[in-house]
Amino acid sequence: MARAVSKNRKTLNTVIAGTLGFLMFFPIVWIVVVSLKTEEDAIRAPLEILFSSGWTLESFGAVQARSDYFKHFSNSVIISLGSTFLGLLIAIPAAWAMAFVPAKRTKDVLMWMLSTKMLPPVGVLIPIYLIFRDTGLLDSRLGLTFVLMMINLPIIIWMLYTYFREIPGEILEAARMDGASLRDEVIYVLTPMAIPGMASTILLNIILSWNEAFWTLNLTAAKAAPLTAFIASFSSPEGLFYAKLSAASVMAIAPILIMGWFSQKQLVRGLTFGAVK
Amino acid sequence: MTHTKNSVTYSLGLLAGVTMAFSASAEELTIATVNNADMITMQELAPKWEEATGNTINWVVLEENVLRQRTTTDIATGGGSFDIMFIGAYETPIWGAKGWLTALDDFADDADYDFEDIFGLVRNGLSANGSVYAVPLYSETSFTYYRTDIFEKAGIEVPTEQITYEQFAEMAAAAHDPDNGIYGTCQRGKAGWGENMAFVGPLANAFGARWFDMDWNPQLDSEEWNAAVTYYVDLVNKYGPPGASANGHNENRALFKDGKCATWVDATSAAGDVRNPETSKVADVTDFFKAPKQVTDKGTGWFWSWALAIPASSKKTDVAKDFLKWATSKEYFEMVGETKGWVAVPSGTRQSVHEDPRYLEAAPFAETIKNAILSVDPSDPTLEPVPYTGVQFVAIEEFQGIGNYVGQQIAAALAGQATVEEALANSQRFAVREMTKAGYIK
Repeated sequence: MARAVSKNRKTLNTVIAGTLGFLMFFPIVWIVVVSLKTEEDAIRAPLEILFSSGWTLESFGAVQARSDYFKHFSNSVIISLGSTFLGLLIAIPAAWAMAFVPAKRTKDVLMWMLSTKMLPPVGVLIPIYLIFRDTGLLDSRLGLTFVLMMINLPIIIWMLYTYFREIPGEILEAARMDGASLRDEVIYVLTPMAIPGMASTILLNIILSWNEAFWTLNLTAAKAAPLTAFIASFSSPEGLFYAKLSAASVMAIAPILIMGWFSQKQLVRGLTFGAVK
Repeated sequence: MTHTKNSVTYSLGLLAGVTMAFSASAEELTIATVNNADMITMQELAPKWEEATGNTINWVVLEENVLRQRTTTDIATGGGSFDIMFIGAYETPIWGAKGWLTALDDFADDADYDFEDIFGLVRNGLSANGSVYAVPLYSETSFTYYRTDIFEKAGIEVPTEQITYEQFAEMAAAAHDPDNGIYGTCQRGKAGWGENMAFVGPLANAFGARWFDMDWNPQLDSEEWNAAVTYYVDLVNKYGPPGASANGHNENRALFKDGKCATWVDATSAAGDVRNPETSKVADVTDFFKAPKQVTDKGTGWFWSWALAIPASSKKTDVAKDFLKWATSKEYFEMVGETKGWVAVPSGTRQSVHEDPRYLEAAPFAETIKNAILSVDPSDPTLEPVPYTGVQFVAIEEFQGIGNYVGQQIAAALAGQATVEEALANSQRFAVREMTKAGYIK
């Protein structure tokens, strides 16, 4: 009897989880559906859209004809990978220091770093814009890489700090007793143990940088604009371009969706398990 | 042989010289613009200018609100990211007066450009302190779209004179047939100074309301505003489609073209699209009449113009001016007519376009649009005197914030989340605070 209840609950849980999963994924499915319709079909009622006759790739062609997808794509790749790499260079030593050699104010520093994420970005737009203007970084991939690294740095440090804390200090001590230098300790002992955590940190940071729209839209013009600007260029208050907007969205999210799909195991493992489990 | 050799050498030398001179003068322009049909056409035709001049263009296409934020940030900080910006009749006089835009008065000296051919009202709307700061691509006012077939079926008489909003409500009631998917009227409900307030502003003018008195005191808690907003909420809730508070220009345009609306008071610039059989189901059964009046006919149709301007921070002013002249020239409009069809030619800008028989044949509503645009007077938009210009907006910097806030309050009233009185009381408090902060109210 108890077994039957548990089975029923399992089924119920599966149904609820499946429904929630479908609801969460539905907007993406719908974007794909609309992107495969003509503009005339795209403005019909939802059921009509689904069952209206034509399926076409013309919106994808029109989007590529009007805008250079590959230029935006390569900007997205460079900016998101660059900001992640740069962030790790700073975050690994910072997280190591705070996890293994905590000072009196380490907790306060961590909280302060997190608090910077609570500031609305628009509040610092003008100062950053002026700095970029004066240093010639406006509309440059270098400038954008730097800004995205800065805004994601608190999250990278926090995540790495959490993983590093899971690693017993005794293991590092043992390595030191065996004559390992600090460099050897980080490269040969700490890094292999923290790889799941670092992998999920890298993946999450790439996703955050890829999807970031406020800074990428405000600090770029023609040269460094990534895929977020590519999508924005098909949004219009006058005239309907839903099919093209959907096609642009599909083209922009597809790479990160595929990457997320293939790395979901790593991502979930890194986010839910500690370093030594 | 020697002669041939010399000729080849001279020719190569000349070619190299020309190439060097060409590449030395070739510039790369960055243009910030919105994504609408007229600008897409310009993007498609721009390679002709690039080929002719050797210059190149980088297009930065953004959604209107994003574009406004982006260009405002850049121009206010002198960022210099753009050489040309696509801006509206609201920004141009404000930015021009601040010295953020390059004056284009020398266009008047170019006989080929024929500056006087641009409607005087439009030139004035894009001027500040006696100088022109932008050249228009298209201009618009608002008028009433109506379905001839529904009017005929419901026995509604088509007006020949400007009707009142009371009469308009009676028409909407007679045409309203939700069981058959027809709504009496579709009007903007989405919050924003460029969305619902574009309709509510002229409606308030018609009811005798004004944004500020002559001492810049906000008047949003006046009886006139109350009457106008009460009328708007009743009209849209009774005869509008469900969820109207989420509908902006785009959504209503789609609803109208799909045959769901009997009437729609909105931009004249959508007429070509609505009357185009390739994009609209109601192309053959749509006609137009003036936007209604109420206690006054002043300021009952809005005025807007999308125009091209050069930020003062651009270092390529000469090339940018050359492009502006090309993109708003008579030849450009001719090119659009020949390649995209005359119904697609941007309207409300050049007298010569509105006199061209090819345009008049393709767009029989052109005369109505021209008359509607020329009847607007942004310098005298209200029944009572006001210290500002602008029909659906007030040409001061603070208006964006105030207009958006009032728009949100009115959208809340439309959605039933607040009463009209609450919405207007909140709006008045906000406007007083902002105007005091800005120093208008001592």
